[in-house]
Amino acid sequence: MLQIKPILVALKRHKAGTILIALQIALTLAIVCNALFIIQQRVTRLQRPTGLQESDLLTIQSRFVGVADDGVAPLIRSDVLALRQVTGVEDAYATNSYPLRGGGWSTGARLNPDAKKPTAQTTQYFVDEHALATMGAKLIAGRNFNAGEIVVADPKSLKTPPQAIVTKALAEKLYPKESALGKPFYLGDDKTPATIIGIVERLQVPWSGTWTDNFNDNAVLLPVQLTSNFTVYLIRAKPGQLADITKSVPAALFKNNRMRVITGERGIRTFATVREQAYKSDRGMAILMGVVCLVLLAITAAGIVGLTSFWVGQRRKQIGVRRALGATKRDILSYFLTENLLIGIVGVVIGAGLAIGMNLWLVSHFEMARLSLVYVLAGVVLLLLLGQGAVLAPAMRASRVSPIEATRSV
Amino acid sequence: MFAYYFQLGVRSLRRNPVLTALMIMAIGFGVAASMTTYSVFRATSNNPIPQRSSVLFAPQIDNWGPEDNDKGEPPSAMTYTDAMALMRAHKAQRQTALYPIAISVVPDDANMLPIMENSYAWYGDAFSMFDVPFLYGSGWTSAEDDAHAAVTVISRALNEKLFHGANSVGRALNIDGHSYRITGVIDTWNPQPLFFDPVNTSGFDDPTQVFIPFTRAIDLKLPTAGNNNCNKDAGDGYEAWLRSECIWIQYWAELPQSTAVASYKDFLAGYAAEQQRAGRFRWAPNVRLNDVMKWMDVQKVVPPESKISLLVSLGFLLICLVNTVGLLLAKFMKRSSEIGVRRALGASRREIYAQFLIESATVGLAGGLLGLILTGVGMLGIGLVFEPQIARLAHLDVKLIALTLLVAIMATVMAAFYPTWRAAQVQPAWQLKSN
Repeated sequence: MLQIKPILVALKRHKAGTILIALQIALTLAIVCNALFIIQQRVTRLQRPTGLQESDLLTIQSRFVGVADDGVAPLIRSDVLALRQVTGVEDAYATNSYPLRGGGWSTGARLNPDAKKPTAQTTQYFVDEHALATMGAKLIAGRNFNAGEIVVADPKSLKTPPQAIVTKALAEKLYPKESALGKPFYLGDDKTPATIIGIVERLQVPWSGTWTDNFNDNAVLLPVQLTSNFTVYLIRAKPGQLADITKSVPAALFKNNRMRVITGERGIRTFATVREQAYKSDRGMAILMGVVCLVLLAITAAGIVGLTSFWVGQRRKQIGVRRALGATKRDILSYFLTENLLIGIVGVVIGAGLAIGMNLWLVSHFEMARLSLVYVLAGVVLLLLLGQGAVLAPAMRASRVSPIEATRSV
Repeated sequence: MFAYYFQLGVRSLRRNPVLTALMIMAIGFGVAASMTTYSVFRATSNNPIPQRSSVLFAPQIDNWGPEDNDKGEPPSAMTYTDAMALMRAHKAQRQTALYPIAISVVPDDANMLPIMENSYAWYGDAFSMFDVPFLYGSGWTSAEDDAHAAVTVISRALNEKLFHGANSVGRALNIDGHSYRITGVIDTWNPQPLFFDPVNTSGFDDPTQVFIPFTRAIDLKLPTAGNNNCNKDAGDGYEAWLRSECIWIQYWAELPQSTAVASYKDFLAGYAAEQQRAGRFRWAPNVRLNDVMKWMDVQKVVPPESKISLLVSLGFLLICLVNTVGLLLAKFMKRSSEIGVRRALGASRREIYAQFLIESATVGLAGGLLGLILTGVGMLGIGLVFEPQIARLAHLDVKLIALTLLVAIMATVMAAFYPTWRAAQVQPAWQLKSN
């Protein structure tokens, strides 16, 4: 450390190289911090639990052809009964949506029906008494619906039914201080309340976008059979039978009623596929940022190796002189490591500022979260270590310069 | 001289193989990252209808008021009430209301299952407004709009499937159990971004296969297959929904002259004022009129992933260039004595400049070639980040290849300015003496 002064003097001699390395470290730090932060955010999002037991689940979207909405109810009923008969099917129900599906219903839940602002935003799943078993959702209080409570309703003239099951997250939003079980709440503009008869541990909303972050786990299950041409079926396979029923279930549906369309890309999906598609861009962004980070760090390290090698080459004679005057190999090694550390520190100080600035800019333009300082610190340590690692090989080479070099000309 | 310097450049690539390889890699990676992300950005910010994008306008009317609208901006779709008032007023040269519908085509062939395709309900004007190309026949007429006629236009792909590509104009098509007369078959038409309905498609979707008259779709009580947003309860049944303040209709007006645009805007404001006087709106007129590209912008058709990754890769390229400046500096300064000899033998600074810049361009070219290969690899990876509808729009065409090489060479030459300047400053006398 006593060498700092001569190092500073020497650095003045090759300002350009010093500035370039420091600048490169600074810019790399700025990008790596933000990229790591983006990766962490995306990975956290795609690991969120849905509240379903996701293995052995199959989803089907079907639409009846040439039937008016009011004629659909018996057709759906017959479909569901047929589905439950298919070999390998554990249970099944018809609904409007399910977690991560990508489309569904959302509305405000209110404690006071006249309140302007809802108490909480929530999604609505219209289900029957088989839903909890099929989903594998965990009921933590109260009871399930019974068959007699299920009502048939047209989506355009839907009334809030008297019973509802809500998620724990929503229950705690509505009744933060007491148990929500047995208490009323209001959905949308409806003036008739629903009573909470059960609470499930968790159920995610149908969307995966950031706009749902503030109501991601708020869901209401309502005992309603919606009569819509579009129907979604959620089917649980007996363990190990998922592959088989993926083939037999559509065949059974067409056998039950040929005048239908199983709709496009989302027509038949196992839940694994649903999850993969819902988080595709999150996972992709995390991978992309990861690759960017690795390549960037590699390029920065390569740049440091290249420039330091050049300096070592340029200063072979001086090193030889120092060695001849009694400097040990260790002294030479630590000279270059210290030099690199000094440049690195300047670089990371500027870089930390740039990283925060870049994050603030991203926050204001892309609805991103504030960068936590932990990432900046992690980035600082990472880059200083990277710099020391990169400089090691050329510094070792320098330390091996023999004192005889002092007597050579160039 | 250029050929000679170029030759020198190629030769010097081999002289410091490690430094040169590092530079080529840095430039290659930097250029490839920015070109890959640029290709997505280019595809998503593309003008889908360049010849008419400045005469097509999407009007907005604020029917929700300051309490429910989006920070003062009117809702992005229209109510049935407002759309019909605008259609009736007929203030534009051509106009259409439109919405996506979910319908199924039932093939005559009893062995074929019903087919469901992307479908829209709109007015006959839309075909000419949006420059839809026809293979056979044409769109339907305004008279057929007014008559709520059972007519349809289908896509070339559907025509292939149902009629094996034959001219099907005049034939009947069974849609959801109702018979429609085909008036036209459109040729392949898939503008991307899907400008006429960015609200429901986010700008990217598969081609539309079936079109039916808007008036007919309403008669059949077809709900929207897209978003339906209500700020209050719509009430019971289809009629109540039509009368409600729920928004679900996209509206387009063709306004060829700027005077027409101004007067249409006045008309919209006048309409909103009238609604305010009638007591329906309890706020001052709040209307917008955006042309195609502005509307794409308002609807944020370019996904944030595309912008963020483009920015990050530009930063990446910048770092690669800083790296290249350093490496070039090292490479050039190693040759101080060579420069000294050349200068002493009479080479001017200009010549030193020319030699080193051309040498850098050679490095840039090599980096560009590597970048091209890596861009190709990057194209395969786009599907990881973006929806398939977007990913397949990005491709490596001649323009992008040229741009990749150009950016690589230009960037390297720019990076070489400082090292070259330093090289040209070498004092011949100094170098010769120290030898």
